[in-house]
Amino acid sequence: MEKDSTGIKLGMWLFLYTEIMLFGGLFVLYGAYSVQYTADFIQGGKELNLTFGIANTIILLVSSFTVAASITAVQRGSNALAQWLLWSSVFMGGVFLVNKYFEWSYKFSHEIYPGSDLLADGEPGRNIFYGLYYVITGLHGLHIVVGMILLTISAVSIMRKRITPEDYGLVENCGLYWHLVDLIWIFVFPLFYLIV
Amino acid sequence: MAAPLSFFHTPSPTGYTGIKSWLITYDHKRIGLLYMFAILFWFIVAMCFGLLIRTELMFAGPTIMEAATYNAAFTLHGVIMVFLFVIPAIPAIFGNFLLPIQIGANDVFFPRLNLFSWYLYMLGGVLAILSLFANGPPDTGWTFYVPFSITTDTNVSLTVTAAFVLGMSSMITGLNFITTVHRMRMKEMKWMQIPLFTWSLYATAWVQLLATPILSITLLLILIERVLGIGLFDPNKGGDPVLYQHLFWIYSHPAVYIMVLPGMGVISEIIPVFCRKAIFGYKAIVASTMGIAVVGSLVWAHHMFTSGISDVAIFVFSLLTFLVAIPTAIKVFSWVSTMYKGSILMTPPFLFALCFIYLFSTGGLTGLVLGAAGVDIHLHDTHFVVAHFHFTMFGGVAFAFFAALHHWLPKMFGRMYDFKKAYIAAILITIGFMGHYMPMFVLGMQGMPRRYHDYLPQFETGNFVAGIFAYIMVSGIILMFINLFIGMKKGKSTSGDPWGGTTLEWSTPSPPPLHNFVTLPEIKDYPYDFSDIIQKDDEERHK
Repeated sequence: MEKDSTGIKLGMWLFLYTEIMLFGGLFVLYGAYSVQYTADFIQGGKELNLTFGIANTIILLVSSFTVAASITAVQRGSNALAQWLLWSSVFMGGVFLVNKYFEWSYKFSHEIYPGSDLLADGEPGRNIFYGLYYVITGLHGLHIVVGMILLTISAVSIMRKRITPEDYGLVENCGLYWHLVDLIWIFVFPLFYLIV
Repeated sequence: MAAPLSFFHTPSPTGYTGIKSWLITYDHKRIGLLYMFAILFWFIVAMCFGLLIRTELMFAGPTIMEAATYNAAFTLHGVIMVFLFVIPAIPAIFGNFLLPIQIGANDVFFPRLNLFSWYLYMLGGVLAILSLFANGPPDTGWTFYVPFSITTDTNVSLTVTAAFVLGMSSMITGLNFITTVHRMRMKEMKWMQIPLFTWSLYATAWVQLLATPILSITLLLILIERVLGIGLFDPNKGGDPVLYQHLFWIYSHPAVYIMVLPGMGVISEIIPVFCRKAIFGYKAIVASTMGIAVVGSLVWAHHMFTSGISDVAIFVFSLLTFLVAIPTAIKVFSWVSTMYKGSILMTPPFLFALCFIYLFSTGGLTGLVLGAAGVDIHLHDTHFVVAHFHFTMFGGVAFAFFAALHHWLPKMFGRMYDFKKAYIAAILITIGFMGHYMPMFVLGMQGMPRRYHDYLPQFETGNFVAGIFAYIMVSGIILMFINLFIGMKKGKSTSGDPWGGTTLEWSTPSPPPLHNFVTLPEIKDYPYDFSDIIQKDDEERHK
């Protein structure tokens, strides 16, 4: 039977809705608490390192571009280029995580980590801000890891010549997932780093 | 032409015979049956817990168990019934089996994901069993309310993980159904020619897909809190426990419609078949199905009228709760109007469907009593609530499930059960049900709280009566299962269309062959056009 690529993509989109709802639950928490603790949230936002935040945003946006470009490359049959683009996206995902690691460990060294005494005994709003920060960026980081695995799978299947210009649903779906991870960051970034 | 091999006799891949060939199957019908046996197992387990609870409550003071055991018993009864029986029962068994056939497809769109969802379901079940050991069974109730669920020493983490995995299984089923309805439907079948059972599954699938992730994140937050202790719901650390309740009910109220919509779909199939009459208001039922899916997602905070939410919120959610009764009422009126001047043929599935209409209406109307904010203050967390949701969940969903079992068992196994035993069972279950839950309405109004191990002496009579009828009800259920099991194994062989149904599943042999259809099915302009069936009935009468 012929493959129904529209149907496969529909399934993927439906899955992406569930991911948005998953983060949606956390954004609801963020919304409710930011009304309750506005001043603490603004103060918390100022304590986060904006340079790292901006760098990571740019990295993810560029990586989304390379993923999108790789799909065009696959459509045109330039498999080598597509592979190269995908590997560089995976690399950028890695750089994102390394940045996140530095950011987190810097905070950790200042006694700011989930459940730390400093946060628990300090301002309640500050504790909630950092609690949400770690939960949301942590869950997002997990999605980055999954996305990197999916992009690796795409790159490997191009390498093994399983992807053709007619049948590239796998690459496209993995790409959609990466765009979603990017999109969620586009919401996370202003909520935590740019809040004034 | 020789009859084609049924899906039971599909040749299996080499090295995989018997049960093994079932465990690697992608056939939606086999997966439906795999679900059936697992789900029935859990139903019986949870029913036993329920019976133990009611036995304990028959007499004041500790009767057969201590308070801690009682807490574990009602938690397990709730968790298993909700996550392992009521949510998956109709979509996973009958949806898997029938949805592709009703739209003329040979399978669901993602057969491998479908099998995967069954394995997730089984994994969830295993985790639920494991949570019984180590640190003792969970004692939070199925709602896992904070702060207790975060501070209790019992094994809540494992139970929460189980619910998380089961949620994923439910989401995947929903995703699969939506894609299947969109992409696998026969080209000739337009949207307004889809059978109502499939419509109800389609609406359910959307709710499953969009609401379940909220449950996932809520359960994940419980786990995070138990491990890290951030305090997102802990007032001492700035958190707000009411927000947990919001998140929980944003999923769990729509989940009520995940449970009941497929049941309504079943009834919408059964009523016209045994009235030999087109369903009254097909389009109204479709619209109300989608309406329930939308409005039902916006009423969650009516569980929280006493939790300390604002008066404005209470007003809005109370109003929305009343609104959701409208599409439900439309369906009830449609079913009753279908029967009006119909040529009614009494059969076990039809009897169950009739009981459903009565019990579910009672459940729905008492829901309005609870939806009224003022009355709810008095009735909140009393036995009135217990009676109300058992009328909808048991009198509604489980009765629809029983009706579906009696309606489609001949299709699944090609054999018929004994009618007389089925009638006796149905009557026992219904009488037992009424005698069991009716006293709880009264007890609740008199002020008996739910989830308590003991009660004041004046509540003893009501609880004793409820306990007696519980045994009558359970004996009816056991009789029903025995009868169905014997019918499945040894019953008389049936034709492809034993009832005279018009939807596509009746145009194929019972049990259906691997690819569902022997010849390409013909799509009627209207799915409930009984003119051919009536003509056939007449010819047989004149013979």
